[in-house]
Amino acid sequence: MAKKLMKGNEAIGEAAIAAGCRHYFAYPITPQTEVAEYLARRMPEVDGVFLQAESEVAASNMLFGAAAAGVRTFTSSSSPGISLMSESISYIAGAQLPVVYINIVRGGPGLGGILPAQSDYFQACKGGGHGDYHLLVLGPSTVQEAVDHVMLAFDLADKYRNPVMVMGDGMIGQMMEPVEFPTEGVAAPPPKPWATVGMRGRPQNLIRSLYLDPDELERNNLELRAKYDAMERDEVRFESYHADEETDVLVVAYGTMARIAKTAIDELRGQGKRIGMLRPITLYPFPRVAIREASSRARAVLVVELSTGQMVEDVEWSAAEGVDIHFFGKTGGNIPAPEDIGDEITKVLEGRARPRTMVPLAEEAS
Amino acid sequence: MTAATIFQRPQSLTERITHYCPGCTHGVIHRLVAESLDELGLRESTVGIAPVGCAVLAYHYFACDFQEAPHGRAPALATGAKRARPDLTVFTYQGDGDLASIGTAELIHAANRGEKFTIIFVNNAIYGMTGGQMAPTTMPGQVTSTSPAGRDVDQVGYPLRVAELVATLRTPSYVERVSVHSPGHIIDAKRAIRQAFAYQKEGRCFSLVEVLSTCPTNWGLTPLASLKWVEENMLPYYPLGLKKSPEDEV
Ligand SMILES: Cc1ncc(C[n+]2csc(CCOP(=O)(O)OP(=O)(O)O)c2C)c(N)n1
Ligand code: SF4
Repeated sequence: MAKKLMKGNEAIGEAAIAAGCRHYFAYPITPQTEVAEYLARRMPEVDGVFLQAESEVAASNMLFGAAAAGVRTFTSSSSPGISLMSESISYIAGAQLPVVYINIVRGGPGLGGILPAQSDYFQACKGGGHGDYHLLVLGPSTVQEAVDHVMLAFDLADKYRNPVMVMGDGMIGQMMEPVEFPTEGVAAPPPKPWATVGMRGRPQNLIRSLYLDPDELERNNLELRAKYDAMERDEVRFESYHADEETDVLVVAYGTMARIAKTAIDELRGQGKRIGMLRPITLYPFPRVAIREASSRARAVLVVELSTGQMVEDVEWSAAEGVDIHFFGKTGGNIPAPEDIGDEITKVLEGRARPRTMVPLAEEAS
Repeated sequence: MTAATIFQRPQSLTERITHYCPGCTHGVIHRLVAESLDELGLRESTVGIAPVGCAVLAYHYFACDFQEAPHGRAPALATGAKRARPDLTVFTYQGDGDLASIGTAELIHAANRGEKFTIIFVNNAIYGMTGGQMAPTTMPGQVTSTSPAGRDVDQVGYPLRVAELVATLRTPSYVERVSVHSPGHIIDAKRAIRQAFAYQKEGRCFSLVEVLSTCPTNWGLTPLASLKWVEENMLPYYPLGLKKSPEDEV
């Protein structure tokens, strides 16, 4: 198929259709409402269901009911909306249902702002809802990758019977880029013998998350854990950009930040500087081993995020022992230019930056 | 003379003994739903949605597929299931805390969209499962663990009349309030529940049957006194009868 120039939010909607999804339930919120507007037009054309729910609470529970009835289903939202969905995400994880969430992150906390941010990393990767569960989280850095991730998300959700989140930011949503939708080789969803679609002669199917017997609940928790172990073994994805070389500074960034950092890195490498980048593509499961190995070849690590420091915690506990870890973040919707990131890298290179870990330790000692 | 079976367990009920308290009318309502599914030949294509409340384990007693919703969200799950598979018969079974308090938004909007599933709404004027707290449907002056001096309508308002509330919506639907405190009322409740499923089978409209029910345990009454309490206290405030029919003019 030929490439098509599309806005990120619309490409995300089309990618879901290309993945065979015909059931979308959502509530409007900036900066991703174009996904809903696009699908309000597009779903009827493919005999799909578009439904504007009364709230994100309801939208996510509609996904619950639809996924339990065996269909591919997804929603898109932004940070405050995902907070409201977190209740049902926990139930959906507990009940082991395949559901896809798109989070086009905006600044927080609270109503925050409507500009790009990466401040929902903790919420996406470390919980959000209650209980021992994980979302599988993908962080695209281009519109094409957002398309690929949305399609992959449906497959992974079905494979693991687990909710999957594609987490981008307003830049991904608003950017116009040429994209391609694979039409061949799109695998049909696997059979879902567990779905609640009427017994029709077989024993009862039951979709639930309540286990009053402690051993039964523990069994469900261990079943979930086994899935997360399998994800950590089989689904880790990352991009290595000169990170397999000896580096003086290894940048770690994801999503659009990685893209801007790449421009800065190219500039510095042009000047003969030894800079590389490790870009996590799956945020959960996190590429811990790749970070450890790349950081063992680095003199210092610089984590760049649109937050005051969230993913950096995962980098800290993944990195090779003894390597200094620095952090550079912007928030509120402010986006660093490549030169800003370049300056930070140079500061680290020249030993003018204080590694992040020294701050709390020094203060504790005083 | 050969023996003939004149009464038996509906196919839509399992043989499992319920966990409901002695004298609780949840069991009667389960039976009426099950008989209706049997008679309309719907059991094999039915998906029930369980609430959070005493009926959370309803799926052990109904012989059909089931989903278990977060507290109050059953109408949203039912919306998703029915939109995904319009060929299925979908019903929710919800208490008054679940449906009339935490789940009010999901109820009103599902009804207003005219989602073609059925809600069995069990109004027992109290939160049963959590041990007898005040519900939006608790009667004025009724003592509960969170209204120890009786429901004070100046502070918390009057009990919510769900059937009347839903009947104000313009979207066509079937809404009726029934009770199960006497054999005659049980027969009438059966008619209404069956009618609700019949409308769903025809793909006709949203349907809600509010059933006045007992909670002897948390009312602190015997089963018999509870039935009398429904008659004397609930019926005057919650008038029985048809509130809205799809035949009504829009
Ligand atoms: C989010 C959430 N809040 C509170 C509860 C606790 N809870 C369980 S059942 C219930 C009320 C049930 O009352 P009702 O819906 O009237 O049903 P009944 O038990 O009387 O049949 C509450 C508050 C919960 N499970 N989840
Ligand atoms: S607590 Fe009340 S509503 Fe619940 S089973 Fe017992 S009597 Fe019935």
